[in-house]
Amino acid sequence: MAKTLYEQLGGEAAVNAAVDIFYRKMLSDDRVSRFFEGVDMDRQASKQKAFLTMVFGGPNNYSGKDMYEGHKHLLKMGLNDSHVDAVIENLGNTLKELGVGNDLIGQVAAIANSVRDDVLGRGH
Amino acid sequence: MSKLTFDGIAYNRTAEESVLDCLTRHGVVVPNSCRSGICQSCMLRAVSDDPPAAAQKGLKETQKEQRYFLACSCIPSGDFEATSELPQLTRTSAQVRAVEKISPAIARVRLDYSRPFDYRPGQFLNLYRPDGLIRTYSIASVPQFEDFIELHVQRTEQGRMSRWVHEELKSGDLVHISAPLGECYYRPGNTEQPILMVGTGSGLAPLYGVLRDALRAKHSAPIWLYHGSRTRDGLYLIDELRSLAREYENFRYFPCLSRESGYEAFLAARANDAALTEHKNLKGWRVFIAGHADMVGATKKRVFLAGASLGDIHSDAFLLARN
Ligand code: HEM
Ligand code: FES
Repeated sequence: MAKTLYEQLGGEAAVNAAVDIFYRKMLSDDRVSRFFEGVDMDRQASKQKAFLTMVFGGPNNYSGKDMYEGHKHLLKMGLNDSHVDAVIENLGNTLKELGVGNDLIGQVAAIANSVRDDVLGRGH
Repeated sequence: MSKLTFDGIAYNRTAEESVLDCLTRHGVVVPNSCRSGICQSCMLRAVSDDPPAAAQKGLKETQKEQRYFLACSCIPSGDFEATSELPQLTRTSAQVRAVEKISPAIARVRLDYSRPFDYRPGQFLNLYRPDGLIRTYSIASVPQFEDFIELHVQRTEQGRMSRWVHEELKSGDLVHISAPLGECYYRPGNTEQPILMVGTGSGLAPLYGVLRDALRAKHSAPIWLYHGSRTRDGLYLIDELRSLAREYENFRYFPCLSRESGYEAFLAARANDAALTEHKNLKGWRVFIAGHADMVGATKKRVFLAGASLGDIHSDAFLLARN
């Protein structure tokens, strides 16, 4: 049987390897860091893990509605397409640092893109 | 069917049902989000049995040791008991052995306590005043060295508990304490890993406990301690720490003053600034941070951005002083 994207990336170990790098990039990125301020870092880190597991194609039960609900407080802070782009860019750079090939990075970006409308509250 | 007991109430659970599904089916609200063991919003604590390994995936070692688990990923093999309550809610009595002012701002409280009471230096507990007032304090003593529990209480103007401790509490008095809690403690192993400690005010208490525990465990890598206060009054245990620094060549101690200058023996800087100026790359380090909540939050972020892994950053966040 063909390996899933999640398996090809290395599963949970890959998420664990990526979370520090990705979260550090997000916090140091002036475009998006303000969305992550004021939240306890440990709590935030497990949310980042949830994010990474999801976009790596791993096990999760998030619905589009969950994604909308989870981000709608950020819409009030001005969340828009440019921020989703920044997230996807940081995600790609994280994976590059971990030696992941462009093909898989593209698949990850596609999953992130597929929930763009939900995250930005379009259609809700 | 097996029995799931949650906060003292028993529920029927089918063999394949997770703790979260079972409780939800019975109408018990447990916070949850991903329902697949990642977001950690459904964290509960097992009462006495160790939770299945699958239910502890991704938790910190310190949380695992305290039997925290994720309800959505927990399918026990038989009867199981869990709680949403925090462990410090169990109380035991303790008797004050001594209260001493070790600096104008800090009272050192030593308590005789009844066993069993397993704690790690650096954990915190609630102190209950007879009239019900509760405050959280970190533990500075090390059970292998001391037969009492030591707390450091910083006097604050509005602090009802701290004023009472400074002005009225005396040896022989009875108080109550909760079970110890928190994950700001030294885990043995990785003795080659450098350690950075940053504390302000009575935030030195957990660090003093962790430091001596680490030295006791023969931690061989360098340990750097930055203790800060605005004014000279808030620095304490200076002689003890200097003498440890002489005894252990891997331990370095830097007292810092942020508002008072003119002391040659102290750095004129905030403790976190001094630490991060000296240590710009913290990749691979273990970090302990304690003190004022704003300082702790900001410093956590800075040490993380300087390269420390999230799992290696330990701090005392006094979030849990619930009734
Ligand atoms: C690109 C698509 C995105 C996906 C798939 C995604 C996914 C997720 C997931 C799964 C969670 C955890 C939800 C939970 O379990 O509570 C989450 C939380 C979060 N996301 Fe996103 N996200 C995306 C875009 C963004 C963007 C663009 C931002 C802001 C720049 C953002 C900021 C946050 C924040 C701040 C949280 C934590 C909220 C909290 O503390 O409860 N996300 N996201
Ligand atoms: S609901 Fe996310 S870990 Fe349990």
